[in-house]
Amino acid sequence: MATLTESRKQSLRRALEAIVGKSAVLSDREELMVYESDGLTLFRALADFVAFPTSTEQVSALVKLASQEGLPFVARGAGTGLSGGCLPSEGGLVIALSRMTRILEVDYDNHLAVVEPGLVNLHLSWAVGPRGFYYAPDPSSQQACTIGGNIANNSGGPHTLKYGVTTNHVLGLEVVLPDGEVVWLGAKTREPQGYDLTGIFVGSEGTFGIATKIVVRLLRKPQAVKTVLAVFDEINRASEAVSAIIARGLVPAALEMIDQVTIQAVEDAFGCGYPRDAAAALLIELDGLAAGMEAQAAGVVAACMEAGAREVRTAKDEAERQLLWKGRKSAFGSYGRVSPAYMVMDGVIPRTKLPYVLRRVNEIVAAHGLRVGNVFHAGDGNLHPNILYDPRRPGEEARVVQAGAEILKVCAEVGGSISGEHGIGLEKMDYMPFIFSPADLATMHRVKEAFNPRGLCNPGKIFPTKKSCVEVGPGYRPHPIEEKGLAQRF
Amino acid sequence: MAHASTLERLDSPHRLTMLEGVDEGVNKCIHCGLCLAYCPTYSELGTEMDSPRGRIYLIKSLAEGRIALTDSVVEHLSLCLDCRACETVCPSGVPYGQLIEAAKAEIERQRPGGPLRRLVRWVNLDLLLPRPRLLALAASALRFYQRSGLQQLVRATGLLRILPGTLSAWEALLPDLPPAHEREPLAEVIPADGARRARVGLLTGCVQAVVFGAHNRATVRVLTRNGAEVHVPRAQGCCGALHAHAGEHARAQELARRTIDAFEAASVEVVVVNTSGCGAHMKAYWHLLKDDPAYAERARALSLKVQDIAEFLAREPLRGPLAPVPMTATYHDPCHVVHGQKIRTQPRRLLSQIPGLTLVELNEADWCCGSAGLYNLTQPEMATRLQERKGRNILATGAEAVVTANPGCIIQIAQGLRAQGAAVKVLHLVEVLDAAYRRA
Ligand SMILES: Cc1cc2nc3c(=O)[nH]c(=O)nc-3n(C[C@H](O)[C@H](O)[C@H](O)COP(=O)(O)OP(=O)(O)OC[C@H]3O[C@@H](n4cnc5c(N)ncnc54)[C@H](O)[C@@H]3O)c2cc1C
Ligand code: SF4
Ligand code: SF4
Repeated sequence: MATLTESRKQSLRRALEAIVGKSAVLSDREELMVYESDGLTLFRALADFVAFPTSTEQVSALVKLASQEGLPFVARGAGTGLSGGCLPSEGGLVIALSRMTRILEVDYDNHLAVVEPGLVNLHLSWAVGPRGFYYAPDPSSQQACTIGGNIANNSGGPHTLKYGVTTNHVLGLEVVLPDGEVVWLGAKTREPQGYDLTGIFVGSEGTFGIATKIVVRLLRKPQAVKTVLAVFDEINRASEAVSAIIARGLVPAALEMIDQVTIQAVEDAFGCGYPRDAAAALLIELDGLAAGMEAQAAGVVAACMEAGAREVRTAKDEAERQLLWKGRKSAFGSYGRVSPAYMVMDGVIPRTKLPYVLRRVNEIVAAHGLRVGNVFHAGDGNLHPNILYDPRRPGEEARVVQAGAEILKVCAEVGGSISGEHGIGLEKMDYMPFIFSPADLATMHRVKEAFNPRGLCNPGKIFPTKKSCVEVGPGYRPHPIEEKGLAQRF
Repeated sequence: MAHASTLERLDSPHRLTMLEGVDEGVNKCIHCGLCLAYCPTYSELGTEMDSPRGRIYLIKSLAEGRIALTDSVVEHLSLCLDCRACETVCPSGVPYGQLIEAAKAEIERQRPGGPLRRLVRWVNLDLLLPRPRLLALAASALRFYQRSGLQQLVRATGLLRILPGTLSAWEALLPDLPPAHEREPLAEVIPADGARRARVGLLTGCVQAVVFGAHNRATVRVLTRNGAEVHVPRAQGCCGALHAHAGEHARAQELARRTIDAFEAASVEVVVVNTSGCGAHMKAYWHLLKDDPAYAERARALSLKVQDIAEFLAREPLRGPLAPVPMTATYHDPCHVVHGQKIRTQPRRLLSQIPGLTLVELNEADWCCGSAGLYNLTQPEMATRLQERKGRNILATGAEAVVTANPGCIIQIAQGLRAQGAAVKVLHLVEVLDAAYRRA
């Protein structure tokens, strides 16, 4: 960041190198630049350094150094976050965990694994798959995102409807606290004594310290799986089918909705077998014991047909099932086919309000002269309206932000929330008052102070601050202190 | 102002010539990061500048004039294998191969390198590659050098390290050269065996024709057994793939025109290629020559005719009789077959038609082995890391042979396995098919 003098930068660099080695520190502007965004390119912030530790000891030493030097620091996993969570919003040090990717221990008897935070989510399931196990939380980004990032954002995925979110699958954590101390929260057992500090840490978006080891639960792969695709000519009917399925007492493992704009983008990308002319489709998965599976599937089919589905089909084999999921999981990425940029919203609403809220979303976006694609976890009412836009068109980004705020307001009004799983990060901190009273926020702040009293650990997130030097939108805009001639950008 | 020079550089050329036109491609990248874990260099290093998303960001920033082509930017872009694994997984359809080629061309334009490097490149890319016969001559000399014991001496004394790039390059590339009769040119037309299915042109390649003449012979036999009337136009030379990857844009275009002329004259329906990089490159001739009014249409027509050998053969069941080839084999996907041409199931389907052959899957089968054109010469460290990784995966299958479909991969993998002390055979797909036919 602009405030470090050249000589201080030099000496800090030497100190960092002494901890992690020369080839594990970046400080050239060109190199730092690729770390200025995460999966949401709306925001950019440049770090002074990126360091790549390979052990808990190194993470602890880095954090101690930063703490001594008053240097802000932030953990980064794969940078697939969608709320700017891993951005160094006040400059300083990015601690990239991409070299801590080992699976340290797998205990099949007790159904758990101990992993390093940089491990890619899907790689854990690959590793334990041959023994009939898997790691249940499956964000659509699971082929790239890290378990550490999942912990921080308490990430969900299509299968959270039945299996719960990340916090339901984490037993214990080794954490480097913001002063560099190493502690264990939770343990390898289900019922730890004392406060549930693991539960507090999960979802803290990297503001309570850095997780360096994670004890996760492993599940046995279900005996049987059935995947159903229901196709609708009207989006309202699809919404009704969602409620009808749940009303029958069925608990699908996943219940996802995907609208026409998204279907077309996905079909362009991989040709996954979704009908291009459908207004919406539901992807419904049942899993569990083989006994009774057929009856449940019949129930799902009946619920969809009664709601007015045009077509309902069941994946005939694992290949077709994988292809349908590939389509669903590539949905965000596929928007690149139809638009140069998109901003994904992450609202949560009561399931019964789906038809109303979807209609409002379309109205709001249209009123701002924009387009929207919807793909979301319908079963738990976790909406993902993706507003499509072109950052090169002047003013468009501002309209996107405005439309996004209005959508989240609608979610809050119907009794929902402004984030289901992507976190508050930088993106939604100004919307916190939509759902939290000043007293609520003050309580949260007190918890944060307990972990992170000096505020050096991932500053400028969740709670609005004035210090942030994050850039919004395309093109470089000089920072105010640059404009005043107090600092320069290199 | 410590960085005034950087600023000035940014202001003046602002728009980088070879990078004009990358806008559409880079803007397709929505920064989702889904490609990260599939990129071999990111997987090895964990640094985002060495990932697809990071490299695209660098290219975008270069094109926008936000950064200059500094040493470190050049390094990160040069470390890209051009394996295009990222293209396969990218949901957004980023044409990564085109972007990195444009970037490499720009590097070449701005930093052509010193006189020695230019000479080395000239010998390799301009003198030898386009002239198979000269290459053959050089090969004979090298063969003598191998036989004479000089090779051991040179290797042992480390002399190679001080010989300028090119010699050590060819030295490293050399497996044992086949005897001269194996390197003799093929007949210009070889009739189909049985009912004719198509008139097929065969690209005999440059390095390929010399070092792996046997593959071309096997390819011809397998093709004719499967109803192809094979044409081997004498006028063909190097297809220009290596030039394009090395950033030699103009030369690549010139060689493409020559190749188009040669195959047009033979009026074939299909052009079969048995080296992955060449096939993928020829399928992209239309892009390379899209601004050349005389060739744009013809390039498009030729690109449509090009088929990888597995792609062509797998269109119909193999014609019999096929004798058993009893062995356990695994298959390594060459990058420019699987990612460059999206050919994944065909070679496996062909192998599974061979009686007695048990095919086992290879972990990370579609990961680059580190050969990547001339990459193993320009980036030996990363190439070796990937070579070892590939070797470990192959050994874990317990297979007796690893089958693949590209000479570069064969050399690289064989070297790696030898270094790991493993006795696993490394074969071209056509060799295995040919064996089944010849034993029948
Ligand atoms: C295409 C796409 C689809 C997605 N689908 C989903 C989805 O279905 N469900 C969902 O929940 N999310 C989804 N996301 C969002 C994102 O992938 C998740 O939030 C993911 O958990 C982020 O992981 P990451 O490794 O990329 O973390 P990053 O983006 O690098 O960081 C995220 C946060 O975690 C913190 N952090 C990282 N590592 C640690 C650590 N070791 N200790 C403490 N804090 C740490 C960072 O500081 C930051 O605040 C999607 C994103 C994309 C691009
Ligand atoms: S190249 Fe494709 S997969 Fe990779 S970040 Fe860009 S859009 Fe996503
Ligand atoms: S081409 Fe290969 S090495 Fe280059 S960025 Fe893509 S995946 Fe990585």
